[in-house]
Amino acid sequence: MSDINSNIPEGELTNKWTKFKSSVPLVNPSNKRTLEVIVVGSGLAGASAAATLAEMGYKVKCFCFQDSPRRAHSIAAQGGINAAKNYQNDGDSTYRLFYDTVKGGDYRSREANVYRLAEVSANIIDQCVAQGVPLAREYGGLLDNRSFGGVQVQRTFYAAGQTGQQLLLGAYSALERQIGMGKVEMYTRHEMLEIVKIDGKARGIIARNLITGEIERHFGHAVVLGTGGYGNVFYLSTNAMGSNVTAAWKAHKSGAYFANPCYTQIHPTCIPVSGDHQSKLTLMSESLRNDGRIWVPMKKGDERRPQDIPEEERDYYLERRYPAFGNLVPRDVASRAAKERCDAGYGVGSSKLAVYLDFKANAIRYGKIEASKAGNHHPDEATCLRLGLEVIKAKYGNLFDMYAQITGENPYETPMRIYPAVHYTMGGLWVDYNLMTNVQGLYCTGEANFSDHGANRLGASALMQGLADGYFVLPYTIGAYLSKEISVKAIPTDHPAFAEAEERAVGILNKLIDVKGTKSVDHFHKRLGHIMWEKCGMARNAEGLNEAIRDIRALRADFWANVRVPGTTTELNTELEKAGRVADFIELGELMCIDALDRNESCGGHFREEYQTPEGEALRDDANYQYVAAWEFKEGVNFELHKEALNYENIKVAQRSYK
Amino acid sequence: MSGFGNAFSSSIGKKFIMGITGLFLILFLIVHCGINALIFFNDGGLTFNVGAHFMASNWLIRAGEIVLFIGLLAHIFQALRLTLQNRKARPISYTVTDGNANSKWYSRSMGLLGTLLLIFLVVHLKDFWVVSRFTGIPSTDAQGHEDLYAVMREKFQDPVRVGIYLLGIISLCYHLLHGFASAFQTLGWNHSKYNGIIKGAGIWYSIIISILFAAMPIAFHFGLIQ
Amino acid sequence: MNLTLKVWRQKDNKAKGALVDYKIAGISPDMSFLEMFDVLNEDLINKGDEPVVFDHDCREGICGMCSMFINGRPHGPKDLVTTCQLHMRSFKDGDTIVVEPWRAAAFPVVKDLTVDRSAFDRVIAAGGFISVNTGNAQDANNLPIPKLNADAAFEAAACIGCGACVATCKNASAMLFVSAKISQLALLPQGQPERYRRVQSMVAQMDAEGFGNCTNTGACEAECPKGISLENIARMNRDYASAKFVSEETM
Repeated sequence: MSDINSNIPEGELTNKWTKFKSSVPLVNPSNKRTLEVIVVGSGLAGASAAATLAEMGYKVKCFCFQDSPRRAHSIAAQGGINAAKNYQNDGDSTYRLFYDTVKGGDYRSREANVYRLAEVSANIIDQCVAQGVPLAREYGGLLDNRSFGGVQVQRTFYAAGQTGQQLLLGAYSALERQIGMGKVEMYTRHEMLEIVKIDGKARGIIARNLITGEIERHFGHAVVLGTGGYGNVFYLSTNAMGSNVTAAWKAHKSGAYFANPCYTQIHPTCIPVSGDHQSKLTLMSESLRNDGRIWVPMKKGDERRPQDIPEEERDYYLERRYPAFGNLVPRDVASRAAKERCDAGYGVGSSKLAVYLDFKANAIRYGKIEASKAGNHHPDEATCLRLGLEVIKAKYGNLFDMYAQITGENPYETPMRIYPAVHYTMGGLWVDYNLMTNVQGLYCTGEANFSDHGANRLGASALMQGLADGYFVLPYTIGAYLSKEISVKAIPTDHPAFAEAEERAVGILNKLIDVKGTKSVDHFHKRLGHIMWEKCGMARNAEGLNEAIRDIRALRADFWANVRVPGTTTELNTELEKAGRVADFIELGELMCIDALDRNESCGGHFREEYQTPEGEALRDDANYQYVAAWEFKEGVNFELHKEALNYENIKVAQRSYK
Repeated sequence: MSGFGNAFSSSIGKKFIMGITGLFLILFLIVHCGINALIFFNDGGLTFNVGAHFMASNWLIRAGEIVLFIGLLAHIFQALRLTLQNRKARPISYTVTDGNANSKWYSRSMGLLGTLLLIFLVVHLKDFWVVSRFTGIPSTDAQGHEDLYAVMREKFQDPVRVGIYLLGIISLCYHLLHGFASAFQTLGWNHSKYNGIIKGAGIWYSIIISILFAAMPIAFHFGLIQ
Repeated sequence: MNLTLKVWRQKDNKAKGALVDYKIAGISPDMSFLEMFDVLNEDLINKGDEPVVFDHDCREGICGMCSMFINGRPHGPKDLVTTCQLHMRSFKDGDTIVVEPWRAAAFPVVKDLTVDRSAFDRVIAAGGFISVNTGNAQDANNLPIPKLNADAAFEAAACIGCGACVATCKNASAMLFVSAKISQLALLPQGQPERYRRVQSMVAQMDAEGFGNCTNTGACEAECPKGISLENIARMNRDYASAKFVSEETM
């Protein structure tokens, strides 16, 4: 079935990476100094790759659109990072992490990649601790772990609710160290607009200096994209306002395949939408599900305050449906279950699009322990609750504060209201085992690629993958390519390929300004988001997807006829930046719907209403769809499907069950 | 001082000088206030004049006086340098600032308070220090000591002078309220177990010193002591 | 809600800026401050004007990009929040709100409310790291760290680099930012080998960037959206003194 080669090394699964590392061609230090690598993006995947490549001796240029590499959206990851350390002695192992991840991804990820990810996961924790990342510790001075969804061991390392921030600051400091030594040239407030290809190989990028509007040409022997996910195609998501698909999309339009675009993760625990003005959604970390129980009233349209609804009139639907995993089922399962309850009329809050996340029971449990520690063996409930809330505060204080800030409600007194929201995109640029796209010399790491999470990502795995790619995988695999490039001298940027790419980029910018229409960029972005959420969101069907494709095409025509971009191309122009990104999102949105329509099965984050079990669970079709859908861009926004078959030799493919 | 590099020219180094000289001046104030408080024996200045004589004649104290002036000048000079530098750090100021929302007015006004203090100091030195060191104290007391006490009594009959002194002491009080704890912070003496003590000591010190100093002109002016 | 905004408009780094008045209507108390600006910008675009340029990204209080000086305070009237987490329920109908950019010589205005904070990056590049190349680490649990220290390091590391400390300091001093990084690494055993080099090189870079000096007013701590403590500044000063007067290494 495959018509693309994923270059997975031969041999036993457990030995592939070790063998690869010991047999990959090396580049000698003096040659490294003349080899230039461009890294676009400075999040976990980009910053760690840029820093590590520079440490190895390569000449690195790193680009980000923010004012500092420290602001990339990896910073917002809250809950934690998985690693198969087995510090808790609960039976964890590399194989288990590998197995959980493949199963969590609903058997739509590549075995060899995931196994490698699980293998290097332990090194990440070591590296980060060595950098001074202050991960949570116990009184004995050793690292603490918590549980996350979809697994039955405690392997998640964390730093309160700011794990992403601390890991990113670690990678950022490593990057700044290299910048200080002059080994990385950092370009902040720069946006990549085109890939430059010479003789079929990626040889550089065209970037726009966002302050001056100047268009710049940059050469690299190889180009690495670590540019994050495309969740903002939905307009409302937990992504940062600036998160965009442009770099990946331009690469796609230059020939790189885009894989599994329809796999989007809808995170179950976000703060519900409060009104039309809303510009983004805020996540409440999955770690809250360790101690929060999710419920809705048993009675439809129950208007009572949650604290007035007695225990026997509450439906703890996750515990009811999935007794083995309870509130810690994977994200896709939890999200769909919430949608199912709300659609059935049991939703709470003014919008009725929310469910309760209640900490009281566990607070009381903790309070009992605390009281007991203090010598009070028969505490009353009020004492337990008071002491327990202190424990909850210590664990999740910043998240509770954030909730109070946004909603104006006190979550220590009343249960949180939560609802699913777009959070992560498992799809992305297709890459082989080496993280190289099908364009020679063009690499893709982190959320921007498609490789490790299959159809659904488990909690605390995004940070793991970003850092695995950047610190431990790409720096090795890129050597295989660069070792063949040592004789290539830096290509001057007056090469016609640069001029041509620049012309394309400038052409689009001018076109956007020249429309001089009547509607703002946000207007189109909101409309796109609405189409995507309604028809390509948590549940999809063929009819809706066909409509969506039609609507998006009409939206694209409307956009290019009526968008208004004030200002010029030669200044700091945030509307122009947004317009370029939204133009790409519109094209991507269409591809997502095409991909969702093509995949006549339900798996992970992709749920087609036509394909479900009698209990409403996702129904896969392994006979026909156990493949990666890698789309090739064709002239005039058309797409051609290529398939990479997924073979499972070390895992028995089964119906995913969390019951 | 090559071994120390730019230890004192860096931003932190300059603040060290402020902190060290500040603490030194704080110590001096205790001595100054202690000697002056001898007037409250209310013995027509006999005890006080003994103290004043000791301060004026002891060679160690005289040497200390030189150090004191160097410290004072360093404090002033460094403050000027810092202020100029700080001005440069924000060339365009805000249209609206709400400093009271996040800090005490006197913490933000150390320069102003210091300047007021300096003006007061000029008056004060002219009144007493110049008299005792250079122009000479005109009379002696019953024990034959120079009667500085009498000079004080006479000077503080003037309500304007008393007013100036009280203003100076108020400036001093606020300057100390910030400066005492601030010096400890600058020198890095911050410790969760002792911070409360330092803060409390700073407040009590500032208030007690200021009340004692203020009591002197008031007591003389209103004839509360002989 | 109806509001009057006085917003700093400045075309670019060289142009002279000024406060410009805008009337804005129909603001919901549930909007965030930046969503209120979204409404303003949508109005401006629809009228054919240029929108106000301001920095923002994550809108959940962690990236540190948003940076508005609102009615005389960085990030506005509420404690422990960034501008993006400030909601309009903190204001009243009919209020006049003055919005200015961070002001400091080391943070030059780029456009409107956007400033250049790359000075912070350069301070970090000067020494805000532990020199450990990828692959050189020992097992993470080989180095037990007392919880007290780990927690204190974490609290210092919570800094988001927004620059509110500089913005609010009467002297535009960056001591809170710099000391937070120095403290984080000074509190951890991994940070010890470079502890005294780090404090010297980072302070030197901080001075070179043109930040002012610390007067210990405590405004930075009061305005820090992450509650970074002044204790860090004391720790930095202590380390600086040790570096200059105790350590035998000269820099």
